[in-house]
Amino acid sequence: MNDKIIIRHAREKDFDAIIRIDAEISIDYYGTVVDKTTYWRDIFNYYVLREKDKRLFLVAESNKEVVGFIVGEARAWEFGSPLCGWVFAVEVSTQQRTLGVGQQLFTEICNRLNQIGVSTIRTMVDIENKVTLSFYRSQGMRTGRNIELELQI
Amino acid sequence: MKLNKASLFALIAVLELANDPTQQISTTDIAEKYGISTHHLAKVMRNLVHHGLVQAVRGVGGGYSFSGNLKRTTLLDVIQIFENLESVLDMPNHCITEGGPIIAELQSITNEIDNLTRVVLETITLETALKSAMHRSLHANTPATKS
Repeated sequence: MNDKIIIRHAREKDFDAIIRIDAEISIDYYGTVVDKTTYWRDIFNYYVLREKDKRLFLVAESNKEVVGFIVGEARAWEFGSPLCGWVFAVEVSTQQRTLGVGQQLFTEICNRLNQIGVSTIRTMVDIENKVTLSFYRSQGMRTGRNIELELQI
Repeated sequence: MKLNKASLFALIAVLELANDPTQQISTTDIAEKYGISTHHLAKVMRNLVHHGLVQAVRGVGGGYSFSGNLKRTTLLDVIQIFENLESVLDMPNHCITEGGPIIAELQSITNEIDNLTRVVLETITLETALKSAMHRSLHANTPATKS
């Protein structure tokens, strides 16, 4: 467990670090850098620059450097579900893996969502993404009540 | 899904030993604790030794101890030593061409189920399973798995 980690809300100046960490994850997962700058810009605008009560974009800072982040929010009645928390991204710099950064981020977002009335956390993960699936399971998550279905069209 | 006895016994033994890698437990003690066949478990243990998940400790107070990687070994890793989880449609004649699309659809459905089963078992490490068991034990106020 890394005890020098600070978890805080993301700030505008963290954007480049988010892109850098996501690029590392991209290489790990896709074997190449997938440019998602536009996607993260939109997410940043929505989760960082607007109201933060129900939207959380947290970063983990170590030695004044952003080494990981987690994004989620509280939503009600999406897919018919009462208020619950959705975590849709958690990424940790490859150099900081296995030090407990992801766990601290996940614990913090759960605590903050719990403070606004959330008692269930949900997420979706690609079936081939074993690292992330294993991480969420290690945090106690299990297969939930919703089944994701899809159709190729 | 129904695990065969060897897989189930192996999971029990590995988790029991991994719960405290410093301890040595005999096959008889594990079998008695879980009410399973000592003879069958002994065979399972030999397989687990062969695959490096446990090691035999000889002499007085000997038995078995965990020698695998708690953070890396998944439930599927243990199960696959003893069985293949892939469903097979038990068709009496595999050459019936008229039934092709129906059989293919049934096979596709069983594949979907198999994939989900595999992903669940492949993403639960021994460490996660033990952590969850301990959490369950604390909340249910029942005896912990650790002896």
